[in-house]
Amino acid sequence: MASPMNSDSGWFLALALGVSFIKCLLINAYHSTDFEVHRNWLAVTHSMPVSKWYYEATSEWTLDYPPFFAWFEYGLSHVAAYFDKEMLVVRNLNYASPATVLFQRLSVIVTDVVFIYAIKEFNSWSCAIYRCCKCLREDKGKELLWKPSFILATLLLWNFGLIIVDHIHFQYNGFLFGVLLLSVARHFQSKTDGSVHWKSFSPFRFVVLGSIVLTTFALSFGPFIALGQIPQVLSRLFPFKRGLCHAYWAPNVWALYNIVDKVLSMLGVKLGMLDINKLPKATMTGGLVQEFQHTVLPSVSPLVTLICTLLSILPALFHMWYRPSGGRGFLRCIVICALGSFMFGWHVHEKAILMAILPLSWLAVEHREDARTFLILSTTGHFSLFPLLFTAQELPIKILLMLLFTIFSFTSLKKLFRGRLVSSVEATYLLGLIPLAVICELVYPLTPWHHTLPFIPLLLTSIYCALGVTYSFIRLYISLLTVPSTTSKGKCQ
Amino acid sequence: MDNWSLVSMCVLLGLTTRWAVSFNSYSGASKPPMFGDYEAQRHWQEVAYNLPVHEWYLNTTDNNLSYWGLDYPPLTAYHSLLCAYVAKLINPAWVELHTSRGYESSSHKLFMRTTVLIADILLYIPAVFLYCFYLSNGSSKKKVATALCILLYPGLILIDYGHFQYNNVSLGLALWGVVGLGSGWDLLGSLAFTLALNYKQMELYHSLPFFCYLLGKCIKQGLVGRGLFLLLKISLSVLATFALCWLPFLSEPQQVLQVLHRLFPVARGLFEDKVANTWCSLNVLIKIKTLLSRDAQLLLSLALTFLFVLPSSIKLLTKPTMWQFKLALVNSSLAFFLFSFQVHEKSILLPALPHRLSAVLCLACSMLPLLLKDGLLLPYAVTSLAFLFLCVYLLSALHRSSQELHLGSCYNLTRGCLSARNFSLLVKCAFGISMAAMAVLSTASAALEPPARLPDLFPVLVSIFSCMHFLASLLYFNFVQLTEPPSRRGQKKTN
Repeated sequence: MASPMNSDSGWFLALALGVSFIKCLLINAYHSTDFEVHRNWLAVTHSMPVSKWYYEATSEWTLDYPPFFAWFEYGLSHVAAYFDKEMLVVRNLNYASPATVLFQRLSVIVTDVVFIYAIKEFNSWSCAIYRCCKCLREDKGKELLWKPSFILATLLLWNFGLIIVDHIHFQYNGFLFGVLLLSVARHFQSKTDGSVHWKSFSPFRFVVLGSIVLTTFALSFGPFIALGQIPQVLSRLFPFKRGLCHAYWAPNVWALYNIVDKVLSMLGVKLGMLDINKLPKATMTGGLVQEFQHTVLPSVSPLVTLICTLLSILPALFHMWYRPSGGRGFLRCIVICALGSFMFGWHVHEKAILMAILPLSWLAVEHREDARTFLILSTTGHFSLFPLLFTAQELPIKILLMLLFTIFSFTSLKKLFRGRLVSSVEATYLLGLIPLAVICELVYPLTPWHHTLPFIPLLLTSIYCALGVTYSFIRLYISLLTVPSTTSKGKCQ
Repeated sequence: MDNWSLVSMCVLLGLTTRWAVSFNSYSGASKPPMFGDYEAQRHWQEVAYNLPVHEWYLNTTDNNLSYWGLDYPPLTAYHSLLCAYVAKLINPAWVELHTSRGYESSSHKLFMRTTVLIADILLYIPAVFLYCFYLSNGSSKKKVATALCILLYPGLILIDYGHFQYNNVSLGLALWGVVGLGSGWDLLGSLAFTLALNYKQMELYHSLPFFCYLLGKCIKQGLVGRGLFLLLKISLSVLATFALCWLPFLSEPQQVLQVLHRLFPVARGLFEDKVANTWCSLNVLIKIKTLLSRDAQLLLSLALTFLFVLPSSIKLLTKPTMWQFKLALVNSSLAFFLFSFQVHEKSILLPALPHRLSAVLCLACSMLPLLLKDGLLLPYAVTSLAFLFLCVYLLSALHRSSQELHLGSCYNLTRGCLSARNFSLLVKCAFGISMAAMAVLSTASAALEPPARLPDLFPVLVSIFSCMHFLASLLYFNFVQLTEPPSRRGQKKTN
């Protein structure tokens, strides 16, 4: 009897098509204001001349991505014209005809092809690495479901966060991340052992690399430099007026900072050390994006966050500079930089956690300790995305998909590394997400506080997940500093 | 350990697909005054909650039967009553007598969709896994793959979560019946099936195989000994179940007749609307509806139905094995669908054998006109393509040897003129042509405008094509069932 999934190359297509079908079914799901944001950008780039792109303000959702994204939207707008010309009219605010929804959703699904292609390339690069050394976790001889390449492809293609952020909430992260992944894969595909030796440094290579980067920037920002619009563009790209935290606190250090400040101020009032009349009103998670001041702890300015971010990532950068360890080390550095920026950045969106989770997937199928970190980070990170889908209709979808991804990641990595991965404390913390979900999604909406204090579930989710994310960041640094760098052949990269 | 994670992932995939389809529109959405099946189900909750039991099937001032009167057996009414109690807790306006007519809101839609999901979780999905794990052969991974394919049948998902119905309850109960019979628990199996029958009268399509299998088994065990005892046990429990379900209506014979009158509306004629059975297709050439009187129509359809169902039933009676039983289920339901009275498109839903992929897809295609009316083109296209791809990939449906496809008997017939390779090539070609035809019909129905002279061109074409496909399936499965030798020890039973 023929066993299922008997074709070696067919499984990747099956995974990719399967997830694409799910994405197609989600076309009529809830979409956030980001949908209108992108429709507006289609309209602006299509109807306005380039000189007006970063000045256009008919809609509140002004263009706040760099120029290449604007050109991308411009390209899409030409296809959009075949679906519904009305969506390209700037004045048609909140226009969402069925054809518009279909086009926008399909554009995300189709551009995900870049992501899928990148994963394929990435996987084939990883397989090349495995083949050149006697690894414990070799691909061949294993049953398909437990091959590292299969697990990695599934963890990336079926990433829960990416599906709900891109295909429900509405964004283009898959496409963008595919470009990043492709650049990493291409960079290392030229070298079989993936290492970058200091010895190979040459001024010529440096100049070539530098000029490539500069040319890209020139192409992107060129027109705006020529028009003298750079200050305007930068002010749109980096809106520092928006406050330390987003309306919903991303689960980072500043969320913990905020809560400590709040607790201290409440204690201060209780103990009579603070005058309640002098305190600013609680507007931190009211759903609006505003600047606010801390009461007990010192306020945090954008400069402070920049310094903290740099401090958090510099050790990793130095480590990679002085002790290069090939592809794995480079990816680890990417993950740490992404997570460091998430932890300490200014006005971080919770979706940015995906920038750390996705590259960590590769490390997870490679190394046991990274698998452990991945399980903690991905589960808490994905759970922190729950408040993005707050409609009752999407509640089953987010729970079902989250369970699907979590069960798969835990069972597959456990099978790959043969044995328990997370400790009891970590497991208890992760299991605590279940009662938290029940409280936030089911119990709290039925209480009277739901109307007076609507931000409490967001607060609880943010704080609880911030603990897991911070812990993962620390674990990543420890593994970076303790894993020996390998430059000799015969050992896995 | 591996199994439970695979099973849970399959269940999650199945549930995700179902819930995602439920985002789309439902039957009769925003279409007063009659709306559609969704409003019918809501109305039955209203009737069941507010009116006493003996008025449910009667035409009274409070219960106007011409507005979606109850036309399913009592178990549906009890289920509606249960849902109504929950609805009352959440929002009484949903089931308020008279004033809730045509009630539509996003929260109400959410509630209704949830009731279907709960029925799936409690009844249908466990039955599917039990069926795959205990009544089919192969490795555990293959069983899980089969279960996943069954869970993703496009037809059932589209009708239950799109159009809006509760076929998962009746099919789930029927499947529990099959599982019961297959595991040797004849009593529980027949009880489950009786409940299915009392939920939707369409389960009559499956009743003959159940009857013949059990009777055949009793006969085999000896009608003077254990067989008789078994027969009595089953008969009594079936009768008792019927009595329990119909208890409130048994007080007067008039009630029972009225309910039966509602369940079997013989006054409505041979068929309504475009449906993929022989009468509708024949009507294109010969106007039978006008040629024959209603009684003649009824007799003709009864005669032909029994004619086509008889060979399969007799064979099952003489050889009551699980394989024969499964084949008989398919044959009986196809015969009933094709030839009986007042058949509706949705009646074709049945858990078909997975490797008759084209039949399952044809099933969904045959309902396309209905789905287009409900605005369900996108989920139809996605679920059908996904199912096609999944089956072809997971079950290697096209690459099975002719032996496994039980085309062995067919092959023997054609062995004189075709080699094995050519024969399997022929099968693949037939499959390809069938798929291409469905794709063309689907695209045409969705994208093209029919000519003004023939406004129903596409629904009729779809019906005729599907009808031919089902007829071919009926002949094929009858052939397979009837040509099986009387006894084959150690026969490999696949699905």
